[in-house]
Amino acid sequence: MNVGEVPQEGNATHKGQRRGVYARDVDGRLRLVLSKGWEAEEIVTRQAVEAFEALAAAALERARLGKSSPLEYHMYRARMDPVLLAQASGLWRWRVRRHLKSTVFAGLPPALRQRYADAIGITPARLETLD
Amino acid sequence: MDTATGGFIHRQASHCESGVMSAILRHHGQPISEPMAFGLSSALAFAYLPFIRLSGLPLVSYRMLPKAIIRGLQKPFGFAMRTETFASPEKGAARLNDLLDAGQVVGLQVSVFWLPFIPPDFRFHFNAHNLLAYGRDALTGDYLVSDPVLETAVRCPAADLARARFARGALAPKGLLYYPANPPREPEWKTAIPAAVRKTARIMLHTPFPLIGVKGMRWLARAIGRLPAAADAQAAKRYIGHLVRMQEEIGTGGGGFRFMYAAFLEEAAPLAQRPALAALAAELVDIGDGWREFALAAARMIRDRDPLDPARLAQRLHAQAAREQTFFAALADAVRK
Repeated sequence: MNVGEVPQEGNATHKGQRRGVYARDVDGRLRLVLSKGWEAEEIVTRQAVEAFEALAAAALERARLGKSSPLEYHMYRARMDPVLLAQASGLWRWRVRRHLKSTVFAGLPPALRQRYADAIGITPARLETLD
Repeated sequence: MDTATGGFIHRQASHCESGVMSAILRHHGQPISEPMAFGLSSALAFAYLPFIRLSGLPLVSYRMLPKAIIRGLQKPFGFAMRTETFASPEKGAARLNDLLDAGQVVGLQVSVFWLPFIPPDFRFHFNAHNLLAYGRDALTGDYLVSDPVLETAVRCPAADLARARFARGALAPKGLLYYPANPPREPEWKTAIPAAVRKTARIMLHTPFPLIGVKGMRWLARAIGRLPAAADAQAAKRYIGHLVRMQEEIGTGGGGFRFMYAAFLEEAAPLAQRPALAALAAELVDIGDGWREFALAAARMIRDRDPLDPARLAQRLHAQAAREQTFFAALADAVRK
């Protein structure tokens, strides 16, 4: 890649930050060049973000209908899945999966709620709500 | 690009671990570039590890696993890196504060997700990011942080840094911090460079495990070829999008490691008095461009600008594997004893 070919089309996901890449300068030597990002990267980054946004939206819908717990919504909002939430909270996967149900979640003791809230990085009060 | 604060100079790099290690060595009087840190630690590689899952998708790496650069520079620079992990965030914070108060510049492994200065779209639960702490604001408790992939040094609130250092999951950092235990000295370039290059060529061509090096690329190509494009287009798109993300975001962009290694070869040739290395750099730049084309082709399929065709991507990957096989064989010849 030559210096002139370093993508500068801008990548909205970078929020204005520039990243360094090595490219060939006019004198034939490779050097670090700052890039505003390129579209291919933006596409795959947005794809991954949108996948979690879709999961969170679906979970929100289910939670509003009482078919799922707010925990499921907050889990996807934090870009986690049940496997990662189990690792982050130190609980078994099957317990996490069970706690995602609205009926089971409603009966969770405060200590467990606190544990989930810590793993997700929100307050226990917010974990009860859908915002 | 360079910002000086309290004796430490922030310089932007292309990749986190090589950026952190070159900054630590520079700070301790060994002025080396990021590509030199990357090349001398034999960090270039390829690995397809389907049994390590990130959001249910396999780990694909275009370099050696985390900590390879930290460990790999010890021998050429004749020094020891002290690494410490901690059972609790409190102990981890106390030790970091002690080291910073003693004037040490400290490398840290962190999760990207909890870092407030990273743009929101990049904040996934990826646990093997590296950055440097070089001081602390006595008033607010904020850490002075040099993240090599950023243009300038930043500040990070203590609570956020603690979360990032003690995130759990795959590749959990466990609060890992590292710093030199004794001062590094200048390498014996004429022996260190060929030795490091030989190691990279050996990893790429002769690892006795089929998921590493050129063999790993072929294995991944076959996995892509088997993707159910017709039956489940969304899943196939998620898989190839994930591959490109591993290459672009985590792999520093468009075969970025290939470009960086080419920069290393160029810089290494006169130091090692092996001009053949500089000649090979050009070929590796072309291979890096091949990775860029792979990423672009995949991205176009994800957005339906081209029809989804995993077999075509698999073919590109096989072609990349063939080129890298020829390249690393030539590289091995160039540094034969």
